[in-house]
Amino acid sequence: MAQHKVNYASNGGLPVALTSVDKLLNWGRSNSLWPLTYGLACCAIEMMASGGSRFDFDRLGTIFRASPRQSDLMILAGTLSKKHAEFARRLYDQMPEPKWVISMGSCANTGGMFNTYATVQGVDRIVPVDIYLPGCAPRPETLQYAVMMLQKKIRKESANMKKNKKQDLRLV
Amino acid sequence: MRKYTPKDNVQAKAYYTDRFWVAPRVPRQAVEDEHFKAVVEALGERVKEAYVEINNLVLHIDATQNYAVLETLKDTCGYKICSEISAVDYLAKEGEFEIFYQMLNLDKAKRVRVVCRLKKGLAIESVVPLFKSANFAEREMYDMFGIKANNHPFLKRILMPDDWEGHPLLKTYPLQGDEFASWYEVDKIFGKEYRDIIGPENRDPARIDRYDTKRFSRVGYEVPFDADISSGETKTPIEYSTTFLTDYNTGTKQLDKRK
Repeated sequence: MAQHKVNYASNGGLPVALTSVDKLLNWGRSNSLWPLTYGLACCAIEMMASGGSRFDFDRLGTIFRASPRQSDLMILAGTLSKKHAEFARRLYDQMPEPKWVISMGSCANTGGMFNTYATVQGVDRIVPVDIYLPGCAPRPETLQYAVMMLQKKIRKESANMKKNKKQDLRLV
Repeated sequence: MRKYTPKDNVQAKAYYTDRFWVAPRVPRQAVEDEHFKAVVEALGERVKEAYVEINNLVLHIDATQNYAVLETLKDTCGYKICSEISAVDYLAKEGEFEIFYQMLNLDKAKRVRVVCRLKKGLAIESVVPLFKSANFAEREMYDMFGIKANNHPFLKRILMPDDWEGHPLLKTYPLQGDEFASWYEVDKIFGKEYRDIIGPENRDPARIDRYDTKRFSRVGYEVPFDADISSGETKTPIEYSTTFLTDYNTGTKQLDKRK
C-alpha cells in the first residue's frame, strides 16, 4: 500500500502536523494522481479493468478525469500511430504542471510488434516518459504497480522543480 | 507406429526453406451455372473473359466500362451489394494495377468479382452513384495506391494523414517507411530542427551489435568498457575466484589470507 513519509502520530496527539513543504506537496500529489481517460488500443481495456471495481484504482487516489485540464497523469495505453501522435502531444500540452507520463505496454514503449511505417516507435519520441511498463498487454495489477512506482518517484521529488535531477529520482 | 526419420541434423536444417512461396493458382472452371451464364449473357460484349473460381464468377472487363458493367449487374442481375473495392499492385510485373469489385447477390446467394486492368497514372470512373459503400472504398484505394476515381464526391485520404507523402500499399513503398514517414511525427510536432535532438527511430531495440562493448560482453573475450574491438579482441582465459577457502565439513567460507 501507499507508504508516504508524513507521520501523523509524531506530534504527540496535538492537532498539529509538522512537515516540510516538499513532503506536504508530495503527499498530496502522489496520493491524488488523476489520469486522463485516454485509451489507444487493447492496453486501454486493461486500463479500464484497473479502474473497475475488481481492481479498484480509486484506493490509490487514482480517479480518471475526462479532461486534460483536470489530470496530472497521462497513461499512454496502446499503439500510437503517427497520425495520432500530434493529438497525443496536444493533450499532453493541455495538462497542467506538474504532470507525469506512464508508457503502458510494448507498443507504447518501443512500437512493439508494429515495426511499420505508420506506428510511432516509442512514445518517448513525442512526450517525456516517467515509467515504462512492459507487457502485452500488462495486467491491471502491473498498471497499479506502475502507479505505485510513480508515487514513489513523486515522493522523491522536490517542490522546487529545478532541483529535480534524474539521478535523484532513480527508483532502483 | 510412426515412421522413423533421422534426427541428427534436425536443428541445423530448416524444415521450411522456400522464402518466397508462391501459392498455387486456384483452378479455373468454365461457367456452367445457369445464373452465371445469364449474367455473362446480360453483359454481352463487355466481358473479355469469364470463368468460375471457388463458386465465384470472375469477369474481366475493360477499365473504361466499369460503371456500365456494374450498373447492369445491379439493375438486371440483382447484385445489389458491392462488398469490396480495391486494387492489386502489378506495376513491377505488368506495369498496371488490377482493380476488382466484389459483388454480392443476396436473392440468389451468388458472388461475382469484376476485374479490370488500369495503367499507372490513369483514373477510373467512380461507382459511388451506384453503391454508397464505394465512397470509402475508393478513398482507401486512392490513399493506399494513388489511384484516383473520376467524379468521386470527396476524394481524400482516409487512413493516412492528409499531409502524408506516398501511397503505402504500393509494392515499392518500404514496410518500415521512407524518409518522410520516419520523421513524420517529429516534423509535425516539434519541427524539422528537432530531428537532431530526438534522433532516428530505433527500429530494432533487441539488436545485438557484435562490436558494441558498452552494452554487451563476450564470455572469454572480455574487454574494458567501451573499448574499440573492430580489429578483433584477444581471448582471455576464464578466471575462477581463488580468494575464498571453503570448509566442506562445516560448510563455511572464509577469505584466503595465506598469501
